[in-house]
Amino acid sequence: MLDDKDRIFTNLYGMHDRTLAGAKARGHWDGTAGIIQKGRDWIVDQMKASGLRGRGGAGFPTGLKWSFMPKESDGRPSYLVVNADESEPGTCKDREIMRHDPHTLVEGCLIASFAMGANTCYIYLRGEYIREREALQRAIDECYEAGLLGKNAAGSGWDFDLFLHHGAGAYICGEETALLESLEGKKGMPRMKPPFPAGAGLYGCPTTVNNVESIAVVPTILRRGPDWFAGFGRPNNAGTKLFAISGHVNNPCVVEEAMSISFEELIDKHCGGIRGGWKNLKAVIPGGSSVPCLPGKIMKDEAIMDFDWLREQRSGLGTAAVIVMDNSTDIIKAIWRLSKFYKHESCGQCTPCREGTGWMMRVMDRLVKGEAEVEEIDMLLDVTKQVEGHTICALGDAAAWPIQGLIRHFRDEIEDRIKGRAIAAE
Amino acid sequence: MLRRLHPEQPDSFAFTDANRKWAEAQITKYPEGRQASAVIPLLWRAQEQEGWVSRAAIEHVAAMLNMAYIRVLEVATFYFMFQLQPTGSIANIQVCGTTSCMICGAEDLIAVCKEKIAAKPHTLSADGKFTWEEVECLGACANAPMAQIGKDYYEDLTVESFTEILETLSAGKVPVPGPQNGRYAAEPKSGLTSLKEYEAGRPQYNASAQLAVDIGDTVQRIDGTEVPLVTPWLDGSDQATPPATPPEPAPAAMTRDEVADEQIARPEEGAVAPEPASGQKPEGLAEARGGAADDLKKIKGVGPKLEKLLNSMGFYHFDQVAAWTADEIAWVDDNLEGFKGRVTRDEWVAQARKLADGSE
Repeated sequence: MLDDKDRIFTNLYGMHDRTLAGAKARGHWDGTAGIIQKGRDWIVDQMKASGLRGRGGAGFPTGLKWSFMPKESDGRPSYLVVNADESEPGTCKDREIMRHDPHTLVEGCLIASFAMGANTCYIYLRGEYIREREALQRAIDECYEAGLLGKNAAGSGWDFDLFLHHGAGAYICGEETALLESLEGKKGMPRMKPPFPAGAGLYGCPTTVNNVESIAVVPTILRRGPDWFAGFGRPNNAGTKLFAISGHVNNPCVVEEAMSISFEELIDKHCGGIRGGWKNLKAVIPGGSSVPCLPGKIMKDEAIMDFDWLREQRSGLGTAAVIVMDNSTDIIKAIWRLSKFYKHESCGQCTPCREGTGWMMRVMDRLVKGEAEVEEIDMLLDVTKQVEGHTICALGDAAAWPIQGLIRHFRDEIEDRIKGRAIAAE
Repeated sequence: MLRRLHPEQPDSFAFTDANRKWAEAQITKYPEGRQASAVIPLLWRAQEQEGWVSRAAIEHVAAMLNMAYIRVLEVATFYFMFQLQPTGSIANIQVCGTTSCMICGAEDLIAVCKEKIAAKPHTLSADGKFTWEEVECLGACANAPMAQIGKDYYEDLTVESFTEILETLSAGKVPVPGPQNGRYAAEPKSGLTSLKEYEAGRPQYNASAQLAVDIGDTVQRIDGTEVPLVTPWLDGSDQATPPATPPEPAPAAMTRDEVADEQIARPEEGAVAPEPASGQKPEGLAEARGGAADDLKKIKGVGPKLEKLLNSMGFYHFDQVAAWTADEIAWVDDNLEGFKGRVTRDEWVAQARKLADGSE
């Protein structure tokens, strides 16, 4: 188990002083100017060496992403935009950072912005997080007052403004180009790529969009060194990670752990085991609603919670939002609810997604009740394949994958329900 | 879901003076020429003030930001947090129904809503106090099931605790938000498994609940005096930042059809709040006379937080408040941190006079 001294978010539960003074006492904002004075290239190299992969779901190497930003400005400003539109079902980790340890994020914004030549950063927060917005705004105000933001931020010689912006309840705005559209004051509809945001993003200027957690871990990584961070987890899966465990465990919680921890250890150490014991475990969605579920047995016996292992199982780590379901769960209904979610959240731009999500939900509807033919299972699977990969953004994929996972692992149960219904009707 | 403007619309909309200031400050966050970026925060502020987003509010925001009406209408209908119909006078109850919450009992909470409020979502309850809806994941999954009421999250709910919350709200009180099962935040319920060092000295509530208690605006309509928006980024004099005042709404508004124009109340209108000199501080007492302070909470608009604040300024008795002069009222109005302007708005002095001479 990870020691407290190796945890980055030392005030995750907000029990310590949440103000700037408290953050400084916990070691944040220490030598920030010194880090910045080592230069852009040094910071990007250190981030690459740390092996940090983006914490927003896709797991793209953070240092590499930063290196795509132009070295010399062509007259346009550069922007860092922090994606705090946390709304993937199951995910509630960034909320804890923003309300309880906001200074990790604010300091990270300064350093990361410097590393990509940006004097301005916007944090795009989901609209529902109203108290989180107030908490974060207080932290920003404190930093302006203390000279850590603004002109010559933290005495580093870099001028830096940090603005808090918010959305209004659209999941799609967590997609980076939809987020930029929304930040420009439009409907959150994803843009075609290319051009990628690093070439033309916010207001047509070079932009990098990073997840809250990806940015908030940066100052600590740079202070303690990339080797320290890379020391946790298997190769290519470095670091510590916030896990958010919800559903049928005895003690659902958000906790920071080392990557590549086994599922069993994670649940036993922090969540008090599965409700009703390990034998009662039915299925797990290991990385937020967009990744396919896995059967309980595989998760208990083998699961390593990191990007690569879960990918090998045709699932994914996503945002490390672990949804645990015990034997009392109607798994078909649980996945149906996700289909309903994606139907609700489809922005309506691409036909396969706009029509497909509704279609998939309606078929799932009937599978929940068992009012279908067995052949329809394959038809549904076929349709998910036609949605997947045929849309501008990944929402279509995300809508397809949970259903594919359900059919892959729980086809028996769907068939049994259809047959049971047919028998009952006779 | 079809999202259209409500058939019955108010004639006009205007931000309160403080909300208009807030909106102008918000606009300075974006580069010159990019004021449209502020559209969501401004529409949201309009909803916080009125409870829902009306056509007049949409037009008003469009004019403030120099945007075409259709662009703002698009935004208002695209984003689900904007309520396009009147909501309950106390609150719109938003129950999270997505998978994590669903498997932890959200359906039971929705059944409570159907029974206690209305059979269908977005429908006013018989007494007009509540509306409800099922919303998609609110991002508090480790505290499932949960609901958002006003500005706040009520987490770790059961049918019993949820029913009790509704009853308390109905009685005009606001229960403390946050986890309702004794948890502090998103830590394991049975006790900390990490970061135990700080448990002993923790503040009373987690950050969200603490803000809710301190500001006291969970289900309130926002008039802009609650949490001011400071703009430290404007201090640097030579930066190419936008001016402190937004573009004048007039030119864009004139080009649209006249009917709509008439409905737009100019931000200046109806803004009565004076911009006074800071006034004069009334004399306070070191402590309550005879150690027995009056219950200042009897003044409508004064809650526990304000009472404490008043006590700290040396005001303990109705007759003290009743005796404030205009100058003194201005001073108090200006110095109620987080509650500026309340003395005038809620007519404390008149209320206090009645309370002091026992007529009420």
